[in-house]
Order: sequence, then structure tokens, then C-alpha cells
Amino acid sequence: MAAKSSYLTSTIGQKQIVALSGLSLSLFVLAHMLGNLLIFVSPEAYNLYGHALTSTPLIYVAELGLVTLFGLHVLIAVNLTVKNSVARPNKYAVAAEGAKATSWVQKSLFIQGLVILVFVILHLITFKFGQVYEVTYDGTTVRDLHRLVVEVFQEPGYVVWYFIAMVVLGLHLSHGVSSVLQTFGAAHPRLTPVFKKVGLAYAAIVSIGFVALPIYFYFIY
Amino acid sequence: MAGTAGKALNLKLKVWRQAGPDKEGRFVEYEARNISSDASFLEMLDVINVDLVKSGQEPIEFDHDCREGICGSCSMVINGSPHGPDRGTATCQLHMRRFRDGETIVIEPFRAKAFPIVKDLAVDRSAFDRIMQVGGFISVNTGNAPDANSLPVPKENADMAFAAATCIGCGACVAACKNASASLFVSAKLAHLALLPQGQAEREQRTLSMVAQMDEEGFGACTNTGACSAACPKEIDLENIARMNRDYFKASLRERSEKS
Ligand code: SF4
Ligand code: FES
Repeated sequence: MAAKSSYLTSTIGQKQIVALSGLSLSLFVLAHMLGNLLIFVSPEAYNLYGHALTSTPLIYVAELGLVTLFGLHVLIAVNLTVKNSVARPNKYAVAAEGAKATSWVQKSLFIQGLVILVFVILHLITFKFGQVYEVTYDGTTVRDLHRLVVEVFQEPGYVVWYFIAMVVLGLHLSHGVSSVLQTFGAAHPRLTPVFKKVGLAYAAIVSIGFVALPIYFYFIY
Repeated sequence: MAGTAGKALNLKLKVWRQAGPDKEGRFVEYEARNISSDASFLEMLDVINVDLVKSGQEPIEFDHDCREGICGSCSMVINGSPHGPDRGTATCQLHMRRFRDGETIVIEPFRAKAFPIVKDLAVDRSAFDRIMQVGGFISVNTGNAPDANSLPVPKENADMAFAAATCIGCGACVAACKNASASLFVSAKLAHLALLPQGQAEREQRTLSMVAQMDEEGFGACTNTGACSAACPKEIDLENIARMNRDYFKASLRERSEKS
């Protein structure tokens, strides 16, 4: 009984790294979404929150952590996707229907990932590295992100793209969050179905929370 | 309806024909006439083959042995589903009454890099044997059957171990998986020993070795789609894959560095 591969190159080990990094990123998007909702409190609350986040030196640690997690998640998922397609070089002529079929959400995880990757890059260009407006509250000058958000979400093209990307993110999360326990080995006849529902709810909440902004600023504001 | 003869069905078949491992394959159409709805799927193929042989053609190659759902050899994909549309059923247990008169049925071999096609619908599943050879057993003599209750096993564990042990190694899990992953098979083989006292001594090493061999054979990774369990004639539970993932994680952490 000799083990030939190691954890980091094994399919199970790699899946667990994708799952753990994915779970951390899921928590990040939830926090990001909740932060966004401050815009409904007041422009000031939103801008000051953004200022508080970016004015601590810890932001660099957090950003480095996020980039690392994102990079790991993407690179290892690409590696696994390659292994998976090598494992099935010839496709079936007909796809299964009914009980033995695989859901399209799980078949399209890789494409969802690509959409999210493109979205994240454009999103950083538009907001983080985008136009800098300033506003002063009680003598402190901070970036007026609120103004940028309002402007960006007046463009129908951007609103549609944002909406699509957030639906795709929701689909991606709906798979990821409900499958992370299984990947780490916690499956239970009673708890697994509950956790599946929690995953779906989590995905729906994040996605709805994100699209609330463009919809509000485009149609209502 | 005991005693009543089955209805006669006429069907169109599209069957994958491939002369050998390195030959180009293609679908060939056949008419299946006057097939009894009481016939099994394999019996339907037998009827076709008799006609092919009579007319001097090569019969369709397919694996079969027990024809009662216990040997796991009747591998084929019927209309996209391994072992056909029904759950908990091997191809040999599938009846023609499941199909409509006039229906077209597409029959393909299991498709996976690790299961090369031998001929037509027959594939080489010795990758599974090699996985078993690296650890799917207990290598010490466990002696005679112990006295009742001298080796306590919780009823629940006994039941789960038994359920895992019903895996017949048919490979439908690999065929059904979008990644051609062998996780369900390997996890079933691991689980039936991991849940019993006799399997404990070698549990971690067994997990490491069998998973390494699974990867080495070129099976894909698990996406937790559950298509494997749906296609499995023994309805092996996904919980076994979770147990394998957990054992593998633990065994990897605890593994001593020396490797051969
Ligand atoms: S787990 Fe099920 S589908 Fe896979 S080899 Fe065993 S019996 Fe066949
Ligand atoms: S022929 Fe043995 S299981 Fe089908």
C-alpha cells in the first residue's frame, strides 16, 4: 500500500482547497453586499464606511488575502476542470434526462467562474480604480463613492451586465455553499438537505442584495 | 398479469459500433421487431444479435454475466443514462415494457478515459481492479467468525457498511459523472471497511492508497452533482463520498513523511 500522490495534487485535496477558498470568498461577498446596503441609509454613511475600510493599513493585508484566495480558487479550479475534461475525452451523443441527469447549474460552473472573473476585473476598474470624486464631512475629505455609484448605474448597459453577473454569482454560490460540507466530509441524512436549503437562501440573499443597488438607482432614484 | 404474454414492440436502435480499442466508432441503426415487452434489455440485444449472426454480420459486443443485477458487468448507456432510465436497476434488470412502441433507443458504451472501449459496448474496467489491489482488503487474517457480541458493531454501522458493500463495481457512477469521477465506487469500497472494527488498522493507509490510485488511473474529480448515486444500480449513498473526503483529509494530515 504505497501512496503515490500528495494532498495538494490529489483530486480530493484540490477540491477541498477550492471549497475552502470558495467558502471564504462567499463570506467576503456577503460582507461586501451588506456594506453596499449602507447606501440606502445615507450617502454619508456609505462614503464614511468606504473611507473607514480603506484608511486602515490592515486593508493591504485584507487585499492580499483576498487576491490570494481568489487566485487559488481560480487556478486550482482551472486545474481540476482540465483533469475532468481529460477524464472524459469522448462525450455522449445523448444527455441523460430525468433522475440520472446532471443539473445545468453544475455543468456550467466553469463558465460561471469565467463570467465572475471578468466581472471582478471590470468592477475593480470601474469603482476601485475609477473616477475619484471627493466630499467633505465635518472637515474630513473622503472619496465620494456614492456619486460614482449613482453615475455608473444610470447606464443601461452597465446595469444589465451587473444584473447578469450577479445572477451568475448567485448560481455559483448556490452550488458552492451547499456543497462545501460534503467536500469536507460532513454529510448527514438529516442535516444535508437542510444545508442545501441554507446554501440556496445564502445565494439568493447575496444576489438580491447586490442587484438592489443598480435597480434602485436606475429605476427609482 | 401473471400468465399473459407481453405486448410486442417495434423499436429503432442506434448502437455504438467500434471494431476495437483504436478503431473509429460510429452509430449504426437497427430495427428491433417483435420484441416482447416482458423481455429484458439484454434479451432484446440477444434477439438482434441472433439476426446479425444469421445474416453473417458481427454481433453487437456487450458484457453480461449474471443477468440478475449482481455481477456488475452489463455496462452500457441507454438514452444517455447508465443502465437505462430506472433507478436502482442494472441493464440486465431493465425490461422492455419501459419503452414505448416505435421509440428510438440510443445505446452507447460507458465513456471515460480510464475505461477504454474494448469493442462496441464492452469497456475495460480493470482500473477498478487496480484500485482494489492497492488496498481494498484487510491484509491480516481476521480469523473465524467471532462469537456473537464479542466484537460489538453498532447496528447503524453494520447497516451502512452492508449498504456500501453492495457496490457491484459496475462503473455506472463513472459513466454518469460529468467528470468521469470514480468517487462513488472508491468511497463505497472504503466505507464498507472503514465502518467495521476489522478495517480500522489499515484505514488511513487504505484511504491514501486507493485515492492515489483513483487519481493515477485518470478519473476526474467530484463536483457533488449526485448523478453517480442516481445511476447506481445499488443506490450507493453520497454520504460515502463525504466519509472518504473526511478520511482523506485526516489521513493526509497525519501521514508520516516516508513514502515508497
Ligand atoms: S458505486 Fe454503484 S454505480 Fe458505482 S460501481 Fe458501485 S454499484 Fe456501480
Ligand atoms: S449482467 Fe450481472 S449485473 Fe447485469
